[in-house]
Amino acid sequence: MTSGKRETGDGKREEAGIGEPGTGNPAPDNGWVPGARPATATSGVAENSFFEYLLRLADDRLVLGHRLSEWCGHAPILEEDIALANIALDLIGQASMLLKLAGEVEGKGRTEDALAYFRDAIEFRNVQLVELPNGDFAVTIVRQFLFDAWDVLVLERLMGASNKTLAGIAAKALKEAKYHLRHTAEWVRMLGDGTAESHARAQRALDDLWPYAAELFLADEIDAQAVASGSGVDAEALRDRWRQTVDRVLSEATLVVPKDGFAPRGGRIGRHTEHLGRMLADMQSLARAHPGATW
Amino acid sequence: MVTIADARREQILDWLEEVKDPEVPVLSVRELGVLRDVEVTGEGVVVVMTPTYSGCPAMHAMEAEVLATLARHGVPNASVRTVYSPAWTTDWMSDEAKAKLAAYGIAPPGRAESDDLVPLRRRAPVECPYCHSVNTIVRSEFGSTACKAILYCNGCHQPFELFKAI
Repeated sequence: MTSGKRETGDGKREEAGIGEPGTGNPAPDNGWVPGARPATATSGVAENSFFEYLLRLADDRLVLGHRLSEWCGHAPILEEDIALANIALDLIGQASMLLKLAGEVEGKGRTEDALAYFRDAIEFRNVQLVELPNGDFAVTIVRQFLFDAWDVLVLERLMGASNKTLAGIAAKALKEAKYHLRHTAEWVRMLGDGTAESHARAQRALDDLWPYAAELFLADEIDAQAVASGSGVDAEALRDRWRQTVDRVLSEATLVVPKDGFAPRGGRIGRHTEHLGRMLADMQSLARAHPGATW
Repeated sequence: MVTIADARREQILDWLEEVKDPEVPVLSVRELGVLRDVEVTGEGVVVVMTPTYSGCPAMHAMEAEVLATLARHGVPNASVRTVYSPAWTTDWMSDEAKAKLAAYGIAPPGRAESDDLVPLRRRAPVECPYCHSVNTIVRSEFGSTACKAILYCNGCHQPFELFKAI
């Protein structure tokens, strides 16, 4: 890709350093710089590993939050329409705080909006699970349940992060995540232990999504460095407790836990399904059509 | 000894009682627990606030109203600093504030961090703010704002809102 034509948010300091003259216009307040190229490596090995780690945490929430927001006005019942929109709001709010911190850690002047709206799919660090299309209500609920059961474990540990801002965000987000988990666990039970139709749909959703959940527990050197610095979570160590929650709820829901097998991976280093690009095209269209716009 | 800064701080906290939660107008931002502190320095006044929910859209309105209120009282150079820690909890709400909520028709929050949040566990009963029956059911875990759920009273057949305990 010709970097000179990329309209990706980047730091003001970076702009001069990489020998790509800007347009000469002052940068808008959101950190968007015309013609700047992305600073994030796509190889998975970044110069600033804590920045990368924060992007992983933030992008899971941003992408899942946006997916949930797509239900707004379309959910099967009004109460669930409100519920999904509320959960989306929590996740996007958490993403906003995490991206703000990530921008500060990166130190190149990128704001949370620049990071959310001016990165392309290859620069996103979310797991593939959260970018999958919403499918039917069962797919959305099962995906959310698998994520929530993992999320509470991650946040519980991040509450003790050595980075105090991250610890504060995690403590706040944990309260919300517990509430989400209670809600989605009850829905998984209702769908699984409901009618023949709802049971079949929930089981199909579980079978389809199960392979994608494995990526939540993969760790690489980015995670290891975050753990070593006292501001990360050993993802692999969460699996047993996650399985306890998941197995118990699925058992009450009379759903069969799928067998582990092939598991897609790569989201954490920017390899995504085709679905993410399409989602971002929608999510980022306003900000890119009107860069620098504010309320 | 009460310093001038202390007295000034008390005065500002007093003025900020005028700022209400736009969604729950019987509670001030202080009663809600969103207003954490006021710092009076030589450079100006810093109002320390913490969000209720991560994505609560009312936060921006409350911050703007805090600054507008201070401006009305002639406080120059006021600013808002957002802190995330300690995380906001409904446990900060006083009994008096909870009574105001109930009188307004919103069931006040129970104790936060209870076992209620364990998946698939039964919850503590919620009392109807109108007829005080505990024969109530949750209609929706989520309500018109991030901080509320929707319940229904089987006693007086009245839907009502519950301020979620977190």
